[in-house]
Amino acid sequence: MTEPEIYAALTEIFADVFMRDDLVLNASLTAKDVPGWDSFKQIEIVIATEERFDIKLHTRELDRLQNVGDLVAVVASKKG
Amino acid sequence: MTQLHWLPEDSGWRGRLKALRTTPVTNPEAAWVEAMALANLRVDFVRTNALDETMRTIFGSQPPTGTGTKPVRLAMLGSCTMAHLHGAIRVAGLRRGIWIDIYENNFGQYWQELADPSSDLHRFKPNVVLLALDAHHLAAGLSANFEQADGDAAVEEQLNRIRECWRLAREAFKCPVIHQTAIQVHPDLMGNNESRLPGSAARVVTAINQQLRPLAEQDGVDLLAIDSRAARDGVAAWFDVGLWHRAKQEITPAAAPMFGDMVGRILAALQGRSAKCLVLDLDNTLWGGVIGDDGMDGIVLGQGSPLGEGYTAFQNYARDLSRRGIILAVCSKNDETNAVEPFESHPEMVLKRSDIACFVANWTDKANNIKNIAAELNIGLDSLVFVDDNPVERALIRQELPMVAVPEVTDDPISFLRAVSDAGYFESLAITDEDRARTAQYQGRRAAEALRASATDMDSYLRGLEMVMATRRFDTVGLQRTVQLINKTNQFNLTTRRYTEEDVVGIMQSNRAFGLQLRLIDRFVDNGIIAICIGKMIDDGDTPGEDLLIDTWLMSCRVLGRQVEPTTLNLIAEQAQKLGAKRLIGEYLPTKKNGMVKNHYEKLGFDVVETREDGSSRAILDLASFTPAPTFITIQEG
Repeated sequence: MTEPEIYAALTEIFADVFMRDDLVLNASLTAKDVPGWDSFKQIEIVIATEERFDIKLHTRELDRLQNVGDLVAVVASKKG
Repeated sequence: MTQLHWLPEDSGWRGRLKALRTTPVTNPEAAWVEAMALANLRVDFVRTNALDETMRTIFGSQPPTGTGTKPVRLAMLGSCTMAHLHGAIRVAGLRRGIWIDIYENNFGQYWQELADPSSDLHRFKPNVVLLALDAHHLAAGLSANFEQADGDAAVEEQLNRIRECWRLAREAFKCPVIHQTAIQVHPDLMGNNESRLPGSAARVVTAINQQLRPLAEQDGVDLLAIDSRAARDGVAAWFDVGLWHRAKQEITPAAAPMFGDMVGRILAALQGRSAKCLVLDLDNTLWGGVIGDDGMDGIVLGQGSPLGEGYTAFQNYARDLSRRGIILAVCSKNDETNAVEPFESHPEMVLKRSDIACFVANWTDKANNIKNIAAELNIGLDSLVFVDDNPVERALIRQELPMVAVPEVTDDPISFLRAVSDAGYFESLAITDEDRARTAQYQGRRAAEALRASATDMDSYLRGLEMVMATRRFDTVGLQRTVQLINKTNQFNLTTRRYTEEDVVGIMQSNRAFGLQLRLIDRFVDNGIIAICIGKMIDDGDTPGEDLLIDTWLMSCRVLGRQVEPTTLNLIAEQAQKLGAKRLIGEYLPTKKNGMVKNHYEKLGFDVVETREDGSSRAILDLASFTPAPTFITIQEG
């Protein structure tokens, strides 16, 4: 799976989670940049991502997530 | 599997939600209807929460008017994080047209809040309490080296504590209590014979779940059996141990829509709003193939082929549903002769013609046929579940009759069974004798219709029915049915006041009020409880102790035209006189659906003394000059 494909799928997830179709994802996007991105939403994003790509993120991987780029990287490492 | 797989997908869902969210709300009822439609499409946990947030933006904390259901104030009591489940519960209510407000106790303080009358919980005034104690909480304090006595004492202590919570909730709020069973989340220490280790958390949680069931029955508490559901789906679909460590969520958000829906089913069942009738297509739904083309020899059914066994299994499931009180109907595009033939003479048919209360096979469109089925059975369209393998027919019914539940299925018959059972359309909290006898009732009614057609005049028809009305005050035996009728009857209902079990028990215990449950038996059939009346003495105002208010008068439409109304009035008058009343006060409160009883009291000889702008009216009957009207119905007390 290519990086653009992962971004496209994550954009769909973010659109539903934040009810916004104008969010443009990039590697440096963090929770601070998106209003309403709290710990609940963080869990929603992770679980939706796991379901969408049929993967499971481990505790250490979750702890390391700092921005969208990290999430894309961890998905790519499992679906690469 | 925790997906709501029976709900159809709509690729335009996100756009519709956006439109709902961004369009200024000029018509709240229309917004509610659109939100209900979105809740009845396939939603995962993310979309469920999005819909919930949108609803709260539109409506705030006030339920919209005109939902026709009783708003629920649900208190969730527990000791782990449950806030992530609230949205899914509210959306499950929305799916059923029920507005839900939720209160969750402050962290871990459920016990203190139950016991403290000044707590936030008490201020919230719930009308349903859900006690949701998680497995980690129940297993706290155990040790693997416990002796048998210690392990048993731990189980006993938790059960006592749980029952005490039930009692406190009941006493404080006089409302239904739901208890959530615990998911089996603990690892085994022994293995297959884990039950031999007294202090094992897995063993203790299992024991608590088992021993709770008879206690819940005894104490009148309804169970939310997520342990059984998780066992079917796999515990991993419900519990994510990593998430537990991260956020103390014992139920994963991914399972929230299913969890919420299970709560929603119980809340709907408490209001008597579960579905009542399963409407079945025939060709490629009850058997493989087309009876009109393939003939009796050609259709696929029964032993010998995996597909045929799939249809048989679905028929078995439908028959079992009917044996516990669900009405079965057939709606098929077929010549009737062809359609009936397998029921009468195909050796592999499980369902017989006599299992089907209403059989419609013709070439008219199914939306009209389904309306006719509802009319003939005298039940609301929202009581119907329609199973059809044909996506075009499903789409038509969803479009034309959105209140009819139409599960999404594949062309594999095993998907029909799974959709109907997983969707929980027929959620029932108790089984009554009436449920067991229902199909026979509907058939008896058809025989009565036939008599009407043959009788030459109304009097001879009514006399020929040999009707007996069995009249009883409200009692615990009839409680379920009474509550069901109070909450489900929309058309012949003068005031449409909705009451809970506790409300009804309150009337039973009052000596200044009465509640009557009336059963009509005729030559053909026991129609069951067909009318409910509640009378309350007015002990304040200008003439204390002289007037009796008919607080509730409702009747099942299926006994219209049987002289039940004047007979009921005779009974009300008799009860009122026993309480010393001199006058009866009748009220009519209009709703969208009860226009048929607008002139009810006038027809019965009351004087209408007041008609208000909203269409409601008040009528008086002077008991001194009242003579009971003669009817063809014999009264039988008790």
